[in-house]
Amino acid sequence: MDTEALQQSFNEKIDKDIRIEPKDWMPADYRKTLIRQIGQHAHSEIVGMLPEANWITRAPTLRRKCILIAKVQDEAGHGLYLYCAAETLNITREEMTEQLLTGKAKYSSIFNYPTLSWADMGAIGWLVDGAAIINQIPLCRTSYGPYARGMVRICKEESFHQRQGFDILLSLCRGSEAQKAMAQDALNRWWWPSLMMFGPRDADSPHTIQSMKWKIKRFTNDELRQKFVDMCAQQVEVLGLQIPDPELKWNEARGHYDFGEIHWDEFWNVVKGNGPCNKERIAARTRAHEEGEWVRRAALAYAQKQKSGISESQTAKATIKE
Amino acid sequence: MHGDNTTDYLLFLADSSLIMGQRLSEWTGHGPMLEQDIAITNISLDTIGQARYFYQLAAKRQNEKAGGSEVTEDTLAYLRDAHQYRNLLLTELPNGDWGQTILKIYFYANWQKLIYGKLIYTSDKDIAAIADKALKEVQYHVNWSSDWVKRLGDGTAESHERMERALEYLWPYTGEMFMETDYESPQFERDKDFSLDTIRKEWTEEVYHTLQEATLTLPQADTFMHKGGKKGVHTEYLGYILAEMQFLQRAYPGCEW
Repeated sequence: MDTEALQQSFNEKIDKDIRIEPKDWMPADYRKTLIRQIGQHAHSEIVGMLPEANWITRAPTLRRKCILIAKVQDEAGHGLYLYCAAETLNITREEMTEQLLTGKAKYSSIFNYPTLSWADMGAIGWLVDGAAIINQIPLCRTSYGPYARGMVRICKEESFHQRQGFDILLSLCRGSEAQKAMAQDALNRWWWPSLMMFGPRDADSPHTIQSMKWKIKRFTNDELRQKFVDMCAQQVEVLGLQIPDPELKWNEARGHYDFGEIHWDEFWNVVKGNGPCNKERIAARTRAHEEGEWVRRAALAYAQKQKSGISESQTAKATIKE
Repeated sequence: MHGDNTTDYLLFLADSSLIMGQRLSEWTGHGPMLEQDIAITNISLDTIGQARYFYQLAAKRQNEKAGGSEVTEDTLAYLRDAHQYRNLLLTELPNGDWGQTILKIYFYANWQKLIYGKLIYTSDKDIAAIADKALKEVQYHVNWSSDWVKRLGDGTAESHERMERALEYLWPYTGEMFMETDYESPQFERDKDFSLDTIRKEWTEEVYHTLQEATLTLPQADTFMHKGGKKGVHTEYLGYILAEMQFLQRAYPGCEW
């Protein structure tokens, strides 16, 4: 088939909601967009382990400690599925890691904010994982098969993460004054960065239109952000906390909550590397990578020795038989 | 079984596993490869899980004796100071590099395997049940860590050298596992053949076998051995581990989390 016919068959599949699979023909830009998006998503899971791992050794009870460890471990698992999904598009994990460490590939900016108190574990679960779920549920129907299937499992685990985050905040809000203040402070710091997780406004999002056509994305950034605000505005009442936005108000006519303007300067600054923890996060990943180098090399050397050992003994057996 | 001895023994088992797990959890997010980050995190979760079962049982026994309900797994873990902790010194040592951590897991898991393997026959049904569950986990820890000891010992010149150094550092902390305390031996009264010395021999035989396969130098039998953890006399590391771990419970006393 010539390229035109291949392109036409690809378009038909997209139109009919038939999944694109690794061995199918796909336009180069579709492949490139997916590698960028899945890679970015995988990196976000891995970098996203760091702010929460920061509180594992200080978790206030053994139960909370185990839940937090298991949660951070889930993120590692998500990173693993996603790297594997991206590998089906003909890029290696090493290449993707290289892109992350050199800054060529991005990850979600939210993880460049620091975790300053235990309540941040609650806020991250409720808001950051909550936003991630809203972003990710439509991805269970994304047009690329391996990505969509990976997302089904990830979304199930994320919804557990969100509940545990909300549960941490609920315990704090039912606790002492100091605990409640801790929860409010965390909400104050994480609210706006969470809204930024949906990306720039539709008008400023260069990739949205094409991604919607390819059915990689199913909703625009602004649509998803609105959904998130609507959800949180109701849930926050259970906690008895205040969302730090004086303009947040139910709009009867729209059937949605209105909310204030995001500080886009801050958003672009963090994207450009000037967030509170950009350097620390990449430094931590670089250190893990570099300090793991001798381990990976030793594992490889040992595997090769074993392999040649086996083949030598097999050769010996074969010789005896002869 | 003697009540006080049993409580002390439960705390010894719980503290050792908790401190082990606490140390291992420092690796989460920083492992040398994603798959192994997940694996070591699993071991951390298993050991902290074991600690919780032992603490819960110790708490139940203490509450029954005092007729109260004040003692919980968390008061035991978070509100005791270093001199009250009975964990093995080995468990509180820093992780060091991946090789040192691996070897530490291997030594500890092997000891757990032998001890829990005896505890499943103890007349104390609660302890036997915990040991039974934990035994399945530690068997996996032994397999996983011994594979890594071999891989790193017999990998590259650098990994071999690192493992030799780890061995030299950790070995003097292994003897404490087999030193008698007044609360330990009574747990095995029913088992006429039980002795920590027999456990030591079995442990050493198995460990030597793995070290040999890993092409590492076998330690001298008469190496000086550190002790103290079982009686609450620790290294300087434990104070910092507890300061970090207990911070919230100490800064905000009496709160629910």
